[in-house]
Amino acid sequence: MLSLTSAIKTFAQPGGGRLTVLDVPTFQIAAGEQVALVGQSGGGKTTLLHLIAGLLAADSGSVKVDNVDLTKLSEQGRDRFRAASIGYVFQTFNLLPAFTAIENVRLGMSFAGRRGDPDRAMDLLDRVGLADRAGYRPAQLSVGQQQRVAIARSLAGSPKLLLADEPTANVDPVSSASVLDLIRSSCRDENIAMLCVTHDLTIADQFDRVDRLEAINRAFAGPAAVDSAKPVDAPERA
Amino acid sequence: MSLLKIAWRNFCFRPLSSLLTTLSLVLGVALVVLVVSIYGVIREAFTNNAAVGYNLVVGPPGSDLQITLNSVYYLSQPVENLPYEYYLRFLDQSERSRQVDRYGGDPALAEDDGDLAAYVAAGYAVPLALGDYFGKFRLVGTTPKFFEVIRYGENVDQPLTFRQGRAFRQRDEANGYFEAVLGHRVAREMNVAVGDVINPTHGDPEGKAHKEGFTVVGILDPTGTPQDRAAFVNLEGFYLMEGHADDVMPEVASEVPPVAPENARLRAAGDYDSLRPLTIPEREVTAILVKTGFMYGPGLQSMIQEEKLARAAAPIGEISKLMDAIVGPIVQVLLVITLVTCFVAAVGVLVAIYNSMNDRRRDIAVMRALGARRETVTLTIVLESFIIAAIGGVTGWLLAHGIIASQSSRIEDQTGISVSFWSVSQAEWYIIPVVIGLALIAALLPAVAAYRTDVGSNL
Repeated sequence: MLSLTSAIKTFAQPGGGRLTVLDVPTFQIAAGEQVALVGQSGGGKTTLLHLIAGLLAADSGSVKVDNVDLTKLSEQGRDRFRAASIGYVFQTFNLLPAFTAIENVRLGMSFAGRRGDPDRAMDLLDRVGLADRAGYRPAQLSVGQQQRVAIARSLAGSPKLLLADEPTANVDPVSSASVLDLIRSSCRDENIAMLCVTHDLTIADQFDRVDRLEAINRAFAGPAAVDSAKPVDAPERA
Repeated sequence: MSLLKIAWRNFCFRPLSSLLTTLSLVLGVALVVLVVSIYGVIREAFTNNAAVGYNLVVGPPGSDLQITLNSVYYLSQPVENLPYEYYLRFLDQSERSRQVDRYGGDPALAEDDGDLAAYVAAGYAVPLALGDYFGKFRLVGTTPKFFEVIRYGENVDQPLTFRQGRAFRQRDEANGYFEAVLGHRVAREMNVAVGDVINPTHGDPEGKAHKEGFTVVGILDPTGTPQDRAAFVNLEGFYLMEGHADDVMPEVASEVPPVAPENARLRAAGDYDSLRPLTIPEREVTAILVKTGFMYGPGLQSMIQEEKLARAAAPIGEISKLMDAIVGPIVQVLLVITLVTCFVAAVGVLVAIYNSMNDRRRDIAVMRALGARRETVTLTIVLESFIIAAIGGVTGWLLAHGIIASQSSRIEDQTGISVSFWSVSQAEWYIIPVVIGLALIAALLPAVAAYRTDVGSNL
């Protein structure tokens, strides 16, 4: 489903020259597989997600999602592909404040070319337990509810790969577990591969496979602070 | 969900900012539409009113425009007069003979046709005497023929008709020479009905009231022309008012004894019924309305100008010149000012949207992360500007036409032009597209900012 090979991403530095942020010799996720990626802040986790989502283009190497090499696509092509095949859950939910819960979900479909099917949007909201809040604006929802709407939105385009960037970082511990359960079960139900970036080891522990960023990113400059009980790169058994 | 709906939601999300920005456009567009409409009304009013059936106005040497304004629109002040003999040049021998017999004058005048009579054989020449007022309205001394020959309307084929009463007579059994006919606005505003007696003031609305009273015998139907705001009196009665007799030239006076001294004595005795019409040498006219035979107009006009004894003004030409020389440029300046207002409003759109870009960079980044293309988010910004411009433009247009409709009766009273909510001038069709165009241009800067929004740093 996801395959990175010799993927390198650099950024220009203010003083000149370029800083290599990502250098991933190889990284793969199978279809339906759920993987936690742990690492410290500044380690390139978000850059990696953006690379996989096609929001950034790799300088070299290949980034294949569902056998499509994103590095071969134009920016418009990557946009189209992202809308159709990749779901994204943000740390800060990033619901659009001008739109109601159901409109936020439909927005995700619109860009995927599904014309904002209201029945599916309502079905997704129902699945995350917010059918009765469909007409609410984000400001009228609790933090946990907002994240649930964000999850529903990420699933709206029927993606093949879901990227979650610290999805529980802004919710309380009780909600955190249910939010994670919701994402994982939704992905499992629809056979969606999932890559969850987190620095919270208790979250990572719930995944069958946990990868450490420093292990996959040769450009990682920070200390190896991850202490996972599970073997890195172990396949998910769930 | 359509992009238009996304743009609409963004518009609604910042209600105060959107409302104020739209309001500035509403006012700008309303101003432009009002200026354009008022110009249209003015132009139509002047042009329509200049077409009253006659093609020349002959007056004393001076400004053709002033003659036109005086005699066609009853505006401005008459400066000089023409001798009555000049008017007689337009009459045929029989009419000249009749007038010499009736009023007294040089017998030689009765022997031949007037030298200009051939030009008006298929038309007419009607004298006007101006200078006095009834209230704020101009008093127009003329002959009964005026009501027979004057036409108005789009095709200049509608005769003057009476809402009440009749035209005054050359001499009436009961009222003598002192009869008046009022335009409908004069009658309404001065609250005068048929049978009432009016006393004009001399030379100025605030001037001394003449003792001679004119009995109102008719009130005209509304015409939408200057006739609505004129008080017409019998030319003979006009001459008989105190101070209206011309000084008689000695050589003429030796042949035709003037009646003015005797009239002054009768007037002093309060015997107005015995007043006698002035002799021809004692008379003057302010202007002569002339309708020439087909194609004779330019020839007659040239001849009169060359003589330099009088001026012959073509009303429609004078009004066109006036519009082009004065009214047009003024309206152009007004248009420029109002277009600048629209431009400022468009800049307001730019500022409002551009300022909101800081708040919505994250939204744009989220939309991009959800799969929206750069062009898509750019288009939502442009569409938002389009919504502001469309609402502002249409509302401004409606506001302006609402104002025009609410003032339609007033405008009709003042100008004679009937306007309604749906009276649309051709220039107006360009206003809303121009405003939308300006707003779209104004949206380019924030749209480019949206296009360039970096997703990574804004998520």
